[in-house]
Amino acid sequence: MFVYMDHTATTPTSPEVLKAMMPYFGENFGNPSSVYSFSRKSRSAVEKARTQVAQALNADSSEIFFTSSGTEADNWALKGTLDKARLTGKNHLITTQIEHHAILHTAEYLHKFEGVDVTYLPVDSEGFVNPDDVKAAITDKTALVSIMFANNEVGTIQPIKEIGAICRERKIPFHTDAVQGAAHLDIDVKAMNIDMLSMSAHKMYGPKGVGALFLRKGMRPENFMHGGAQEHKHRASTENIAGIVGFGEAMEILKTRLNEDKAINSARRDKLIAGILDKIPDAKLNGAVCGDKRLPNNINFSFIGVEGETLLLDLDARGISASTGSACSSESLDPSHVLLALGLKHEMAHGSLRFTIGRLTTDEQIDYVLEVLPEIVARRRAMSPLWEDYLKSKGEN
Amino acid sequence: MALDYSQKVMDHFINPRNVGEIANADGIGEAGNPKCGDIMKIYLKVNPDTNIIEDVKFKTFGCASAIASSSMATEMIKGRTVEEAWNLTNSAVAEALDGLPPIKMHCSVLAEEAIHEALNDYRAKHGMEIIPIEHHED
Ligand SMILES: Cc1ncc(COP(=O)(O)O)c(C=O)c1O
Repeated sequence: MFVYMDHTATTPTSPEVLKAMMPYFGENFGNPSSVYSFSRKSRSAVEKARTQVAQALNADSSEIFFTSSGTEADNWALKGTLDKARLTGKNHLITTQIEHHAILHTAEYLHKFEGVDVTYLPVDSEGFVNPDDVKAAITDKTALVSIMFANNEVGTIQPIKEIGAICRERKIPFHTDAVQGAAHLDIDVKAMNIDMLSMSAHKMYGPKGVGALFLRKGMRPENFMHGGAQEHKHRASTENIAGIVGFGEAMEILKTRLNEDKAINSARRDKLIAGILDKIPDAKLNGAVCGDKRLPNNINFSFIGVEGETLLLDLDARGISASTGSACSSESLDPSHVLLALGLKHEMAHGSLRFTIGRLTTDEQIDYVLEVLPEIVARRRAMSPLWEDYLKSKGEN
Repeated sequence: MALDYSQKVMDHFINPRNVGEIANADGIGEAGNPKCGDIMKIYLKVNPDTNIIEDVKFKTFGCASAIASSSMATEMIKGRTVEEAWNLTNSAVAEALDGLPPIKMHCSVLAEEAIHEALNDYRAKHGMEIIPIEHHED
């Protein structure tokens, strides 16, 4: 059985999306910036996609700017806003400890090369930012608040509307990395007080290498890509027409099935969580406990005594693709910064395992994982001195 | 980050040799710490007349290469004298596994250190001189 449970890493481009994209590789290859009538098709295709994305967010199409990725949208929002704000003496950025590296490494860059002061807000044990902490961190030098919509590792959904209201009141631009959030949740940028928002197509059954930045009217971070006059002079480079068309199509489809998908995914998520808690002793759920505040497709556990990479390889041998926050599967030797920010001990962070379900998931697959995983964890624990120590210390208490 | 392990590493990871504990072991050694994500514990059964390691078992918390290194290292010292076993280097373990990714070389170091700790435990119990353990990065 091939069981793909890593939909947060990426999703397959859906057949309908691919079909909509195809003409823009071949017959409609024109450059949208050209004057002749042939290129009009490309131009109108981009504008259609812009409307599709805008409608999904309750934004105006003039507020959507296509980029090459979620990462580029994040870089643009942070660097472009701080670059401009620094001209007026504002050099403070507020973000969180649990952001994706697209935000964290950009913030580190701004600190190192542009002298920006960065506040990394902590989170509680379930991964929530406290809006009061945002309020308290704001100074008269604050140029931007950037807080992710939903976390990619543990699925925790932040109180975005409330944080947005705080920023709006203090007249500070509010950016949110919604690369995961937009793929699963209803987002209304107006109702949620969002000024800037990053998205990526490949997390929502669209193609890789295309994203967008929503910029509320009046928000004008300095350009990130300098060059031609594309995207109303705000993002240079000849448009990735096929990619943009695919993104628009994927977003429209997502929106039509959002509630249905949410219901199916949450039911399967809850079944998998309950099953793991039931069948595996000393399994710890990471992230938000309340289902409404957790991405409907995220399941993240730590198993004391076992290291995550071994679980991934054992699962892979049984046909299951999952993910871990263990250092052993990364280039550094530190475990996930997100799990550490939630207060997990290093050995628990090393033992984390993430399943992210989606359109490829079936009920049979959930049952299969619940059949295979307990055996795997038990077998690896049996060869772990840490598990032995843990059992001893439990016995003593 | 996908790591490409050799077939030998995968073989020793999926079917590790010499897993377990030895009751009343003649030497026990441990290396690593949970913070770094690796702990290795080695148990030795040694014939006191010949100083030959008759049995060896391990328990390891860590990634695939840590488990494979423990498995391979125990195979390599089984049937050897305690003196011969001391000379097992981490690079010999890594080589026997057809190599480890550079970032995983410390796993083979851990195997060498755990074995040295176990051998010293045995040596101390049998009135032999304790050999200083070299801790190295790779
Ligand atoms: C929260 C979050 N932000 C940003 C990104 C980066 O998006 P992209 O792959 O489009 O650059 C990801 C992708 O993993 C993500 O999960």
